[in-house]
This record gives sequence, C-alpha cells and structure tokens, in this order.
Amino acid sequence: MGEKILMKGNEALAEAAILAGCRHFFGYPITPQTELAAYMAKRMPKLGGTFLQAESEVAAINMVLGAASAGVRTMTSSSSPGVSLKSEGVSYLAGSDLPCLIINVQRGGPGLGGIQPSQADYWQATKALGHGDFQIFVFAPSTVQEMVDLVNQAFDLADEYRMPAMILADGMLGQMMEPVEIPEVSELKLKDKPWATNGHKNSREHNIINSLYMQPEDLEQTIRDRFARYDDAKAKHQVFESYLTEDADIVVVAYGASSRISRSAVEQARELGIKAGLFRPITLWPFPNDELYKLAGSAKKFLAVEMSMGQMVDDVRLAVNGRKPVEFFGRTGGVIPTPAEVLEQIKKLAGGDR
Amino acid sequence: MAVVFEKPHALTNVPTHYCPGCTHGIVHRLVAQVLDELGVEGRTVGVAPVGCAVFAYNYFNCDMIQSPHGRAPAVATGVKRALPESVVFTYQGDGDLAAIGTAETVHAAARGENITIIFINNAIYGMTGGQMAPTSLPGQVTQTSPYGRDVKTQGHPIRVCEMLSSLDGVALAQRCSVDTVKNVNATKQAIKKAFQYQIEGKGCTIVEVLSTCPTNWGLEPNEALDWLRENMMPYYPLGVYKDAAEEENNG
Ligand SMILES: Cc1ncc(C[n+]2csc(CCOP(=O)(O)OP(=O)(O)O)c2C)c(N)n1
Ligand code: SF4
Repeated sequence: MGEKILMKGNEALAEAAILAGCRHFFGYPITPQTELAAYMAKRMPKLGGTFLQAESEVAAINMVLGAASAGVRTMTSSSSPGVSLKSEGVSYLAGSDLPCLIINVQRGGPGLGGIQPSQADYWQATKALGHGDFQIFVFAPSTVQEMVDLVNQAFDLADEYRMPAMILADGMLGQMMEPVEIPEVSELKLKDKPWATNGHKNSREHNIINSLYMQPEDLEQTIRDRFARYDDAKAKHQVFESYLTEDADIVVVAYGASSRISRSAVEQARELGIKAGLFRPITLWPFPNDELYKLAGSAKKFLAVEMSMGQMVDDVRLAVNGRKPVEFFGRTGGVIPTPAEVLEQIKKLAGGDR
Repeated sequence: MAVVFEKPHALTNVPTHYCPGCTHGIVHRLVAQVLDELGVEGRTVGVAPVGCAVFAYNYFNCDMIQSPHGRAPAVATGVKRALPESVVFTYQGDGDLAAIGTAETVHAAARGENITIIFINNAIYGMTGGQMAPTSLPGQVTQTSPYGRDVKTQGHPIRVCEMLSSLDGVALAQRCSVDTVKNVNATKQAIKKAFQYQIEGKGCTIVEVLSTCPTNWGLEPNEALDWLRENMMPYYPLGVYKDAAEEENNG
C-alpha cells in the first residue's frame, strides 16, 4: 500500500498519468488546469519523457494523435475553450481508432466564459466532441482519490477499445486539495499494439493509420464495427455509485463536484426524515442507464443537479424513460450550488408526500 | 541485361490516382529512392496531408499516418517525440502547409523538430478543384480568384522557404523544381540531404518543390511546365535558403 499524501486535483491527475505509464504530454496553458501542465513540465524531463507546450490546442491534440499512432500512452489536458479547439483532432483520433487521454478541467462558457468551475461541457464530452458518428469514454471523478484511480482505468479502457478517453473534471476538483493514496505500481501490463505506426523494421507489411474511406459502404462498415465495440463497452463498463438509494423516494442524480454538494443535501434531507438518495454516474459515457432504469421502479421522483442549465438531465430522462418525473436544478456560469439550495429542491419535491 | 531503372522498394506496387502530367508522382519516387538509398524504410513513418497527396499512405511502403488538414507537422512531432530513433517525414501541399497549417509548420520549424517536410508548391488547391492557394501568384486566375488574384484584397503569396529560413530551428530550407531532368536530380539530392540532416539530428528540414497542376491550371502537361518556368520560378527562385552545415563551415 502506498502512503497518503495531500495533493491538488490537477497534480494528482498528472501523477496518476505518469504512474499509468504515460510519458508523452502535449498541452497549451489555460486556467484552471494550469497546475497539471506545470507538474508535467517538472516531472517528464526527469523520467526521460516528453512535456511539450504546443502552439495551440489544435497542435497539441495532433501531437497526441502522432504519439498515439506510434503506440505510446499519451495525453493532453485543457479547459473548456481549449477543448473546443481539440475537437477536430478528437474526431480524427476516434476515426483512426487511436487510444489517448484527454482531460477537461471545465470552466464556465460559452465563449471565454469565466474561470470558475462549471459542468457545461457535458453535451460536448458525451454527444459531440467533434464531427461524425463516434463516442469516447468519459469519466467523472468526484474526489482527488478518484481522479487518481480513474486515470489508470481510462488509459486501460482506451487501449482495450482503441478509443480516446476523457476525464471530465471541473475547476473545483482541479484546485481542491485532498489526501490521496498513490498506488504502488510494480509492473505495468500494457496491451500490445500491433497496429501502431512505429516502423515496420522490414518484418511486416506497412501499417496505416487512417480515417478516410472513399467507398461509403466501407466507411459505413467501419463505423458499424466501431459501434459494435461501443455496445460491448456499454454492456460492460457502466460505472456509478449509489448512496442511500435503496429505499429512496427522491433520487438526486449528480456527478463530479455537484455530487459532493448533493451528497450533503441528501444527508440533511434524511435528518429531516425525507427518504432521499444519491445516484452518481462515474462513467458519463457509457451512461449508467441500466441501473437508473431499475431505480425508476422504486424511486418516486428524480432530481438532476448540475453546474449548467441542464445537460446530463437529458440522459437521466432517457434512462428513466418516462416512468417517473425527472426535475432539474442547476447553477451556471461558474456559480457553485450550495447544499442548502439543493435541500430546498429536495424538500419541494418531497412536499406532496409529507 | 543490365537493370537501369527499378521501382524503388519504398513505393508500393499500386497505380497512383494522380492526373497525367502531375508532378506529385515524381516527388513520390524521389522520396522513395532516398529512403531506399539510406536504408531507412523500416524505421520511417510518413505523414500524409489532406490534399491531392492524401493517398500517399497507400503509395509509400513505410508506416504511414493520414493527418488532419494542415496538422501533419504536429502529428509528425508526436511520432518523433515518441520514437526519437525513427525517421519522420510529412508530405504536404501549399494549402495544407501554408494556409490551414501555417502555425503547425512555423512552430515545428521553430522548435527544430527533427523531421523532414516535403512541400509541394503548385500554386493552387488541387484536390478541391482549383481554388486560390496562399502561394497562388498575383493575377493568377483560379476558381476563387476568377478575375485574377488581386493582392489588394486577396493578399500576397507566401514564400515559405524564405520565411522559414529566419528560424534557428531550421537546418535546411531549399526550393527545387522537377521540370527538367537536371532539376529532378537536384531535387533528389536536396531530399537526401534533408533526410540525412534529420538522421544526424540537425533540426527541421524542408524541401519545397515547385510542381504543376495541369488539371486545375487548365493546361497540357508540357504547357504546365512552361507556365511553371515562366511564372513560378521568377516569383519563387530556386535555391538553398538555409543550410546549417554550410553555416557551420563558414562560421
Ligand atoms: C478542415 C478542412 N478544411 C477543408 C478541407 C477541404 N480540402 C481538402 S484538400 C484542400 C486543399 C488542398 O490543397 P493543397 O494543400 O494545396 O494540396 P494539393 O491538393 O494542391 O496537392 C482543402 C481545402 C478539409 N478536408 N478539411
Ligand atoms: S488535381 Fe492537380 S495536383 Fe491533384 S493530381 Fe491532378 S494535377 Fe496533380
């Protein structure tokens, strides 16, 4: 077992990536993910790795594309406006079946928005991080420890499914300090990548990394094959946490920073005798539909809480599929909801039953 | 019988899609010959652009990556940083390199990224059907400059080698042409030097090749070569704009 140390979320993400075997980081400065890049800049040269401050997020993600093609574990990190710039590259990575890790420490948008925490990039991350039919893995940690644990999983699943993976954090998680246990990694078992363009050494046919198909039928088949892998991922990798949901009448659904706030509100509601629970999606793609659908059998009402005008709530409604009412509460633009505000909403929903 | 010419091993055995008289094919052969002569095909990774050369990934026998439009130098950077022992080249048109990918080009050059950039300057967007390129000449008629490129509103052409030669990270910046046998041979020597410098870790190397696009210029292949000599060469003089080794020797 490793020892517990106090770490900032952004730095924990960086250290976890290093532990997962990532030695090639490409980024461009932006608040509030700055400490992550700074940490990499310090550590990578000592490990014989690459820290490269690119000329833009566009360049950074394409460097990731190159390094991923070469078969190494590679990553980039940014915050909302920068992630928008990466979208072209993410689409090409997905279309070329390349694994990598992208970190978004979200801030308020649209436009330059603000630099305070936000969850307004949920749609971008889960529905439209670039043009074309594709998905990426999206993980939503809610503690610094979970950031560490999910980085490794994200790299593993990215390699296994040959897909980009994203950690969708926010400025609050990135900036907060918490004790974490850094796991000791004795030996990394990395998946073979026989498809990599790392030089054929005159011992195999040339490998090609490509997303272009001139025959529509070929492109369609490639996409269908990719979606078959997505189905497999959906069946095996819906990750969530349920807290006091078993007998809950009101289930709050929240991820990341807003799940921490919601948890306090749920506990306070319980003290008032309201049967409230928290359902926390940990994978946002694949979204934990199956468990939410089950919960819709026992719970009476759902309340999605987000730091946005309501984005994840769409997925909650799809999962619940009309069986129970799904309400929404959110603050946006970098304003963090308080437990008291969420409690108010829970009380309102419970009102009729009490 | 003595063999006087063979298809280079570094070229695959498939017909290319290039138009008759297009000089893309000649430059492909030269790059492949250099890979053969240096014996580096097995550790080479090529990066194909978006443009007429997009299918270069099917034509070169080394490992190949198809890059987003203009991003080839960034993609090549990622490969080279991951595999410092590899030989990495990009093959890019003028729209790819000097319009949408200007930032990626300039910064790869400024960083002295140990890669080789093969730059096909045909003064037009070939693949999309003949629009104005950043290298289209003043007065040149294209689909998007139907009255001739008006430098007052459409700006001036970019001389890429001259521009990049001011950067310390550049080890070789040379402009060539493949309009005559003599120039074809000189181009091959330049490409070979570029790869050699890369292997020696000297920095970023770029070889610009003045090329024809008979299809979108609306000319016969021979006329296209004449047009290149009469119009492109005066604006884009052939020559070595930067050579780190010569500077070392002179300094
Ligand atoms: C992001 C993006 N914008 C535009 C295009 C369309 N497009 C394809 S090739 C090309 C221009 C290619 O011209 P050039 O680089 O000069 O190469 P050539 O075809 O002349 O060899 C353009 C604009 C694209 N594929 N992607
Ligand atoms: S369109 Fe022009 S550049 Fe493209 S293959 Fe034809 S001649 Fe060559």
